[in-house]
Amino acid sequence: MDFGDSPEERAFRLHLREWLGHNNPGLPTSSTSDEYWAGQAAWHQTLFGAGFFGLSWPKAVGGHDLPSVYEAILDEEIIAAGAPPRPSVGYLVQGLLRHGNEDVQRRFLPGLVSGRDRWCQGFSEPDAGSDLASLRTRAVTDGSEYVITGHKVWTSYSDAADWCLVLARTDPDVPKHRGISAFIVPMGQHAIEQRPIRMINGITREFGEVIFDEARVDAANMVGEPGEGWRLAMTVVSHEREPGELGYVARYGKLVNELVHAVEEQPDKYGPEQRRDLAWALVEADMLRCHVSRRLSDRLDGLSHGPEGSVDKLLMTGVEQAVGHAALSIGGAASTEGDDTWLKVYLYSRAQSVMGGTSQIQRNLIASRILELPTS
Amino acid sequence: MDVRLSPEQVMLRDAARQVVDRLCPRTVGEFDDAERAGKLDAAVVASGWLELRTASDDGRPWATGVEVAVVAEELGRGLADTAFLGPTMAADLRRLVGASPANTPETIALSADLSQPVVARGGAVGRGAVAVDARGATSALVLLPDGDGYTIGAIALGSVTTGVDLTRPVVSCPPGAAVSRIEGQRRPLGVDDLSRWRALGLAVTCADLVGVMRGAVTVTCDYARSRRQYGAAIGSFQAVQHLLADAYVAAEGSASIALHAGWAVDALDGPDALEAASAAKAYCTRAARSVCETAIQVHGGIGNTWECLAHVLLRRALLSGEVLGGVGANLARVLAAHGIGGDDGLR
Ligand SMILES: Cc1cc2nc3c(=O)[nH]c(=O)nc-3n(C[C@H](O)[C@H](O)[C@H](O)COP(=O)(O)OP(=O)(O)OC[C@H]3O[C@@H](n4cnc5c(N)ncnc54)[C@H](O)[C@@H]3O)c2cc1C
Repeated sequence: MDFGDSPEERAFRLHLREWLGHNNPGLPTSSTSDEYWAGQAAWHQTLFGAGFFGLSWPKAVGGHDLPSVYEAILDEEIIAAGAPPRPSVGYLVQGLLRHGNEDVQRRFLPGLVSGRDRWCQGFSEPDAGSDLASLRTRAVTDGSEYVITGHKVWTSYSDAADWCLVLARTDPDVPKHRGISAFIVPMGQHAIEQRPIRMINGITREFGEVIFDEARVDAANMVGEPGEGWRLAMTVVSHEREPGELGYVARYGKLVNELVHAVEEQPDKYGPEQRRDLAWALVEADMLRCHVSRRLSDRLDGLSHGPEGSVDKLLMTGVEQAVGHAALSIGGAASTEGDDTWLKVYLYSRAQSVMGGTSQIQRNLIASRILELPTS
Repeated sequence: MDVRLSPEQVMLRDAARQVVDRLCPRTVGEFDDAERAGKLDAAVVASGWLELRTASDDGRPWATGVEVAVVAEELGRGLADTAFLGPTMAADLRRLVGASPANTPETIALSADLSQPVVARGGAVGRGAVAVDARGATSALVLLPDGDGYTIGAIALGSVTTGVDLTRPVVSCPPGAAVSRIEGQRRPLGVDDLSRWRALGLAVTCADLVGVMRGAVTVTCDYARSRRQYGAAIGSFQAVQHLLADAYVAAEGSASIALHAGWAVDALDGPDALEAASAAKAYCTRAARSVCETAIQVHGGIGNTWECLAHVLLRRALLSGEVLGGVGANLARVLAAHGIGGDDGLR
């Protein structure tokens, strides 16, 4: 049992630290402005180019085949450097690695991992949120292609995406979970319309809605077999719930350090209540760092795709929202100085208990799949 | 980095689990079974678990904070009515000053609110000192100011027991009780030592809290599966399921941060170990109270009776929560460690 570095890990850490010292792009606070998202795309490529992205993924797709715990080292050093968090594409990578055939993996994973191609995830629909399996977007065969028609919503980064991982119904005559297939659809076609949606904190590049009006996709872009889309979706969302996959330890670590800095700068401005909110945010962020180290260690002998992602998702949500409350406390709801960054951080934090499956859905999953409580 | 328990640590955990499953009380009535309790005490002594923090040849403890935490968690889970925290902390104090191990059962004394070690000025303890986890103990260790650091002394304990925790008695020390200096101390306790010692105490109590939480989740899920209302098990109601899911998640988050605290005790510098332990203690204390309250709630009326284990879990959590500081004191230490807090006095 050791949270400390092995000699190899230490060497990697120092090399990374040195590099981060010269290459921090200094982006604005995460998720508070549209510039942040634009800068994040370039940061992905920079990290990848320097050999610091996809540390635990296979070499064949552009990764480094390092033990899972190197991701924790990366996050810790990103925090220490005050650099932007690593891009959160791991859940798509895991989905394609597990369900995509060789051809799909070869054609799509390198571009996804390197940051050359931007991706979005078209699962949710206006009438299919928590009850995702009731989705109505349809895909119909036409020669060697499928024709897709439907309406996706809350699609993160749809404005910039080259590809969309779409869930669509290919067989309306079987039970709902079994009639869904997954496709990698090129976004650059006239039959796809993308409209940004404005979030409660004002940003417009977080998500959008995507309308497919007889959009076309090569049948070879199907991930898995026809009817296997649900299984892929479950793999993707289970990893989307893991802070270790998302790199969120660094996101929160950076935010709390910035909050500490704000208090350091003007110590007289902040009273015990604000400091207490900040102390909880520090404690929560520290908990998540330890928790992710534990999860990544459990993976040293191989990856599992079990229900524990729901536990992680709820823990991560607790952290994000504690950080949000500290940001609100420190920044104030009625900032008179014109900078409402902290208010935006707070408002953004409310989405964490909704995206990737709501907190209520995670609790349902824990009750049935981990605690094995009876169903009603 | 590999934070999985080593094979030896897994064996230790399994051994502790066996003792707990065999000898710990499963009902409130069994707390009065003196024969069982005596066997539990004997099993813990025979296993050598009270000596984990005594000095090996090089002066370092036989076992790290991780092993201590592994045992503490199991004892907490089983509501073990046997001494562990007290003797372990006392043994570590003796080791730090280079004194030989105690030859009679010993614990430590804390301030009335349990948040601080007792510093005896002028050779006697002040008001309100209490010896914690005092089952079987005949004396308790206190600190004696000595230059920039401390030496250690002992006070004799009476037999009056009080306290919130039904599994681990607290004995109040009479004000003015005379302190006898422990013989054979080879070095004073420095600031770094004291930080590390507190870190150990916080890490042990965090592990105890994790055990209590895991015990509470198990007991309560079992009840939710068997108790029926409206023709269905109450565990099938979503409102109940969500309480239990939250309790499980709180226990898992606590386990992760407590594990780090246990490791930090011997792996980091004193101040860093104390910071790690303080963050863990704040988190685990808040979580444990909430988890135990859920246990009471899900048990309904029965949960509010003396005979239900739920309040015994809560009571144990309340005591462990306060030892060397609860939420407030530890959040203050976290802020101080980041350079934006006050000072908590004794460092
Ligand atoms: C910032 C953000 C980014 C997102 N990005 C993407 C993306 O990239 N791709 C994508 O496909 N989707 C994305 N989503 C969508 C997200 O997955 C859905 O919003 C989520 O699954 C909830 O669905 P819904 O919005 O339809 O809410 P609903 O399902 O209508 O839920 C409304 C409320 O009812 C509760 N509820 C529903 N069912 C139950 C139940 N069985 N038991 C108890 N309570 C229940 C929910 O918890 C919630 O509080 C994103 C969402 C957000 C906020």
